[in-house]
Amino acid sequence: MAKPILDLVRGDLQLLIAHVPHARLLGMAVVDVKPGECWIRMPYSERLIGNPETGVVHGGVITTLLDQCGGSSVLAALEEVVSIATLDLRIDYMKPATPGLDIVGYSTCYKLTRNVAFTRAVAFHARIDDPIATAVGTFMLGANRAQPAILSAGT
Amino acid sequence: MGFLTELRSRGTAADYQALVDRTPYARLLGLSIDSIDEGGRLLTRLRFDPSIVGNPNLPAIHGGVLGAFLEMAAIFQLMSEGEGDRVPKPINFTVEYLRSAGPRDAFAQATITKLGRRVANVSVRAWQDDSDRPVAAAHGHFLMPQGP
Repeated sequence: MAKPILDLVRGDLQLLIAHVPHARLLGMAVVDVKPGECWIRMPYSERLIGNPETGVVHGGVITTLLDQCGGSSVLAALEEVVSIATLDLRIDYMKPATPGLDIVGYSTCYKLTRNVAFTRAVAFHARIDDPIATAVGTFMLGANRAQPAILSAGT
Repeated sequence: MGFLTELRSRGTAADYQALVDRTPYARLLGLSIDSIDEGGRLLTRLRFDPSIVGNPNLPAIHGGVLGAFLEMAAIFQLMSEGEGDRVPKPINFTVEYLRSAGPRDAFAQATITKLGRRVANVSVRAWQDDSDRPVAAAHGHFLMPQGP
């Protein structure tokens, strides 16, 4: 069954995150989106370095990517688009990201309840089985009365 | 004498600002070290800017930015209390989002629960107008740098 968000972004996948100023600042681009799944690429940039001695991007950058990915996978799982908000996010760091390489985030929303969505996410360079970090997150559905930002994108 | 060793021996907020200035991503987010209390706790500020917004309709600061802010506040505190000159590496970090963070500056303070030889355990809180009404709280484990 087609999900409304997938209909909305079918012509342009970037609509999924285009309304998020900070995702634009970090140069994030949606690579693919399927029901309950989302892939987002983030280019390496010297502005994102956490350790100036090694050139490795800051762990917090990975946090932002996996939070964005998690939320997007929830949107891609919903039958009806509602506003969502992160409730919690736990990140495990497996290895430093390699300086100069893009980072891809993948998230799956593996369970939706009436109020809460549960996600698992991975950050990697080339192979998802060689992770930089993994994350689990929970998101509140219908988190606020504001119109879901994605629906007012471009208006 | 290394950068951090020197910093620990002087230790005003203005000196600790060097921790931010050395970290490109902290500069991108507009962090600053506002003060340091008698107990040696740093007060880190996240300056609001439209580029850190996650939800433009509320508007609210991006959850990832808040997570990164808390993680950096934890690392700055660890660097100020640890030994050596290298940067602690996060093992894991858990963020709880308590309220949406509005278009205003946010502040964070970290508490080192345990500073072990290899691993440190840190809790961090962030708030905006009222420190009794946190917008996010986090805890994490960090691998402490080994050797000189």
